[in-house]
Amino acid sequence: MLDIAVSYNKFKFIGNEFLTWIWYIIENDRSKLIDHQKQPISLEIGNHIVLENRINEDSTEIISIKGDDADLKEGILALKKGAVVIELHLFFKENEHVWKFNIKGESFHITGLKPPETGKVEEKEDIDGAILEKYYLYSKIFGIMDDLFKQFITLRVTPEWEKKEVPKIKSWIL
Amino acid sequence: MGILSSTVSVTRYRVNEKFEKSIIDTVAQGLKKNKIIEIDDVPQEMSVGWTTFENPFIPDFENRSFIYGNYIIFSLRIDKKSIPSKLIKKRVIIESSKKLSESGRDYISRNEKKQIKENVIHQLTLKIPSTPNIYDVLWNYEESTVWFLSTQKSANEEFETLFSKSFHMTLIRLFPYTLADFSDYLSDSHKDNLSKLLPTKFTE
Repeated sequence: MLDIAVSYNKFKFIGNEFLTWIWYIIENDRSKLIDHQKQPISLEIGNHIVLENRINEDSTEIISIKGDDADLKEGILALKKGAVVIELHLFFKENEHVWKFNIKGESFHITGLKPPETGKVEEKEDIDGAILEKYYLYSKIFGIMDDLFKQFITLRVTPEWEKKEVPKIKSWIL
Repeated sequence: MGILSSTVSVTRYRVNEKFEKSIIDTVAQGLKKNKIIEIDDVPQEMSVGWTTFENPFIPDFENRSFIYGNYIIFSLRIDKKSIPSKLIKKRVIIESSKKLSESGRDYISRNEKKQIKENVIHQLTLKIPSTPNIYDVLWNYEESTVWFLSTQKSANEEFETLFSKSFHMTLIRLFPYTLADFSDYLSDSHKDNLSKLLPTKFTE
């Protein structure tokens, strides 16, 4: 096991490639949007994508696309120039419930996680139940992202990634 | 942002060690020993410590539980006094002028200036109240995972340090590499490949 700080910096690209792959499968290969029980995951790109294009060792270009009806073509254009996704805003739907959240590639930080609304805590006795409900709702997002990451990384550490998956992503980008 | 807020930000950790003694006793001891210390009316700029989830301004772990179902829940509180630099500058100028007129001299040495500034900061830290920031911690002891409800770098660093000091356990941040390396679904040879990965070129 590498030193944590060293591995964080050395392998930042893994999470960014994962987010780029997520975007690719949402747009092109929804059969991969499945959880560990092979159930389909209803995941959509939200209203914010941030991409990073490393121009050289010292400089990077950040491309941020925002807005409910934002045109993602600019993002594809950035991918064509060599950028990768570094942050994604996603919507997850289950039945009529919606979760919204941002995920950062390098840290896997989940920010602005907004689960479906829950009842207000009015009595002290309600706290235990409210915590369990919130835990369940937050866990949903970690669960689906872990399931998708498992699929991605299992592919990423095998030759199949370069042989099969990368050509498909390339043809989507180019 | 707390667990019960409508929106949260979360950093996930894995706890590397298992409890050697009773979970409740170990956690209770660590929390009580390192609970937040009030710094209002004390010449201290910052205080970092644990507090209770339900009443973060009264850090009483004797009378409040931190066990909720299968989870241990408490909060990290960081109290900080922010003294505006312009206020320090103003008070230093006033105190320096006073010193000059009292001594009858027309200059003050660098050391005297330094001393005046230190005194000014000391006086102001006594007067200025601290601003508390509260971050909830959710520890799933069965799964050895911890959620810290903030993604701020400085808050995470304070949290990691205090956690290790309080419970003698190491926290490992879960980011893509550690998630993969600690997984039980990658074989040893796949983990070996993981450590040799290079960035993919999607455009060449």
